[in-house]
Amino acid sequence: MILESINWMAGGPQGSGVDTAANIFGKACGYGGLFVFGRREYHSNIKGLHSYFHLRVAKQEVLANINDVNLLAAFDAETVVRHLNEVVPEGGVIVDSQQLNIKVMDIPTIPPEFKDELRKLMKERNLTETLNDLLEEAKTRNVHVFPVPYIDLLNQIGQKLGIDKISKITRMINVLTIGISFALFKYEKKFVERAVRATFPQKIADMNVMAMNTAYDYAIEKFQNNFKHNLETIDVSEQRIFVTGNQAVAMGKVLGGCRVQTYYPITPAADESEYLEAHEILKTDAEDQAIIVIQTEDEIAAVNSASGAALAGARAATSTSGPGFSLMVEGLGWAGNNEVPLVITYYQRGAPATGLPTRSGQADLRFALHAAHGEFPRIILASGDIRECFYDAAKAFNFAERYQMPVIHLIDKAMANCSQTYPVFDYSGFKIERGQILTEKDLEGKEYRRFRITETGISPRVVLGTKNGVLWYTGDEHNEFGHISEEPPNRRLMMEKRMKKLDLVEKEIPIAEKLSFFGDQDAEATVISWGSPKGAIIESVNMLEEEGLKLNFIQVRMISPLPSTELKKALSKMKKIITVEDNYTGQLGGLVKEKTGIAPTHYVLKYTGRPVTTTEVYHALKDILMDKAPPRQVLTYGS
Amino acid sequence: MNGLQMAFAELGLEPHKVVMVSGIGCSGKEAHNVKCFGVHTLHGRTLPFATGIKSANPDLEVVAIGGDGDGLGIGAGHFVNAGRRNIDITYIIHNNGVYGLTKGQASPTLRRNLKTKSLPNPNINEPVNPIGLAIISGYTFVARSYAYDIKHLKDTIKAAIQHKGLALIDCLQPCPTYNDINTKEWYAGEDRKDATGKPQSRLYKLEEADYDPLVRDWKEDFSKKVQALEKAQEWEDRIPIGIFYKKEYEPTFQERFETRIPFYLENPPAKQRIATAKGSSPINLKEFMEELKTN
Repeated sequence: MILESINWMAGGPQGSGVDTAANIFGKACGYGGLFVFGRREYHSNIKGLHSYFHLRVAKQEVLANINDVNLLAAFDAETVVRHLNEVVPEGGVIVDSQQLNIKVMDIPTIPPEFKDELRKLMKERNLTETLNDLLEEAKTRNVHVFPVPYIDLLNQIGQKLGIDKISKITRMINVLTIGISFALFKYEKKFVERAVRATFPQKIADMNVMAMNTAYDYAIEKFQNNFKHNLETIDVSEQRIFVTGNQAVAMGKVLGGCRVQTYYPITPAADESEYLEAHEILKTDAEDQAIIVIQTEDEIAAVNSASGAALAGARAATSTSGPGFSLMVEGLGWAGNNEVPLVITYYQRGAPATGLPTRSGQADLRFALHAAHGEFPRIILASGDIRECFYDAAKAFNFAERYQMPVIHLIDKAMANCSQTYPVFDYSGFKIERGQILTEKDLEGKEYRRFRITETGISPRVVLGTKNGVLWYTGDEHNEFGHISEEPPNRRLMMEKRMKKLDLVEKEIPIAEKLSFFGDQDAEATVISWGSPKGAIIESVNMLEEEGLKLNFIQVRMISPLPSTELKKALSKMKKIITVEDNYTGQLGGLVKEKTGIAPTHYVLKYTGRPVTTTEVYHALKDILMDKAPPRQVLTYGS
Repeated sequence: MNGLQMAFAELGLEPHKVVMVSGIGCSGKEAHNVKCFGVHTLHGRTLPFATGIKSANPDLEVVAIGGDGDGLGIGAGHFVNAGRRNIDITYIIHNNGVYGLTKGQASPTLRRNLKTKSLPNPNINEPVNPIGLAIISGYTFVARSYAYDIKHLKDTIKAAIQHKGLALIDCLQPCPTYNDINTKEWYAGEDRKDATGKPQSRLYKLEEADYDPLVRDWKEDFSKKVQALEKAQEWEDRIPIGIFYKKEYEPTFQERFETRIPFYLENPPAKQRIATAKGSSPINLKEFMEELKTN
């Protein structure tokens, strides 16, 4: 059975406070002991185009969205047009009653492709042209419509507060719909009020609280008992946070000892760097520390400045998405050749080129794996949820320094911008391991060779500025001292030294950190996946198991080096191997085939830029298990 | 290169306190021949590497070295943006007008209509003026020197290293192999002898020409910039070397961090103890968690 949940969606033009509304909603649910999973969708645009937040609320941890919307809070007409079909029977729509007569085709922000679709749909259903027609039709599906005179209500509030500037008042539409929503859910108002206060600065908190209250009371009076979905609070003692992937990565970096972060502004990575800069002073029990964030002129400078900082002995990272990583590639190769402990956080988004800059995707696995000319070792970690983003971000620095190689931490936009409720992250067990670093004392009276040939391939490192440790780095092939050498025997030694460090990674890092297994281990069908589809897959596997359909799930958390021996062992007994990925070609499936000789039997793929939902993954997997599905299924949910 | 080593020695810099960051080009390999930390980077990327090194550990004396193609062609974006930060490093551009390693193509500083030895046709691009570009980009020490005047070069390098802020030295350097126009003889004026048969050097020293590059306060900054830009236009028969522009009161990148992070210079990123004796992180994430708490 699907996890019992309430699904709330808020939508409006970019800049109308959709994010703020979602944040208030999430917090208010948190105060009442509920878990939330929220997905944020927005256009690459500053103001005006449609954006929305889809939140799922439950009494247990929520891992992904489902297709349902139980209550749609529409700030504008376009939101109704775009999402009305997602509202389930017995669900509701909060709409501005003054917009009901808007002609759907006149809404200027609706793009022509969507208008064509809409025209067809309206013709099919015999609808005429206004928003009201659409809503009337929805009522026949048992969708409740809650018309609210937004501007009249806000004017009343404005009068009470002595504000006559219309723009100041309309900015509160979001809070207004929050009040209506929670009244309909019959949720305790005090939690909502607290969430509003926690969101706004003191100066404007009061007026927003008043707006929320007015709307809440209005809805109680007007729509009482009209809506069957309730949000019930529960008492919990455990401490919880509501956190985005960007924030989780930032906190993980701080924990992991990152002290220099470089970046060039790019969606959806930049929020992480800004968050770090806003928290640059780091509190400790002794003297404070700090992380410096350098905004560079481009990603080429970002990656190479981070390498420079790492050579000087700071744990250093850079954060970017596809277009930025494309520019970083030459620098990545230099870091590989010079065994630099560099960490790159790579947020994948819809690609290629500018692609879908504010949407999600998982099409860069192969790129991360092969970026830069030549062969050199690299570690690639792929987090599957926001909590993993936190731990992996910290761990990446240990790996980078222990094995002296670049570590690419692959995330996607779906995680970066999703918000999720978790128990406060426990990091008490995390240890910082810096690898072999020689000090002035270690070096005294000795001849130092930066790239000394050793059995493991790891040469003890010296940070720039260490007395007795003068050394050289070069992008050319080099000898043990770091001086240029083109001699064949030296080249062979250096290639082998660098590459064999991967053997050590294979040997030393426990398999539990590379692969996660879920579900019935005796099943003969398995899902392999990586990254953000994790949550939807786990929920689907659990649902199918309850129905007696056996299936398990192997989440690949280390892409390079791929734990192929263990994967091969796990896959060889499977009759069905299904890869679920947000890309066109099934890149992980291809990689697994290359490394294990075992190919997926089924592909479940999505490349609309919207992350997979539990609903669609569940149906796709079920069809495969029932032998009703083609080898390749393409998922499409989400506007 | 001699000039550099002599400057280090005269300033009493210990080898382990100095990091030489170089790019790709004939100048790139220099880092391997000096006894100090050497980081031989990518084509055009000396300044980003240098910025990262200096920011992580401001105690290091960082000297970036590159060619004209490296700094003003492929790396021009970094050249400009480094000026915005006024990072406290020294940047020496070896300026010879050609791409030597790839056999003599025109570099960004080669003048239009010149046809050096290996060019199939005369150069059709206008040159970049490194002195002018540095001044308008915010460099706070802008000088030119000449590779065959070792004493002048050494003194200029010393002044640049001692300068607090971003210092550029445009080092004119004949390329004996590929630039057969701006040769040592051309700079020395062998083609323009006076009545006694003595060559009339094209180079002259600003410090001997009653030129004052120093900006004393913001009120004269603009006029000093204009003066330097005018000087930077001189070429062909009279080529100035020496300090064109120098401003000492502009806060460096490091000082700008210090205004936000008061202990930044004392305890910079590279020197912070990121692990306790037991190996755990000393950072208290409570504050982060507190902000995100929902109950």
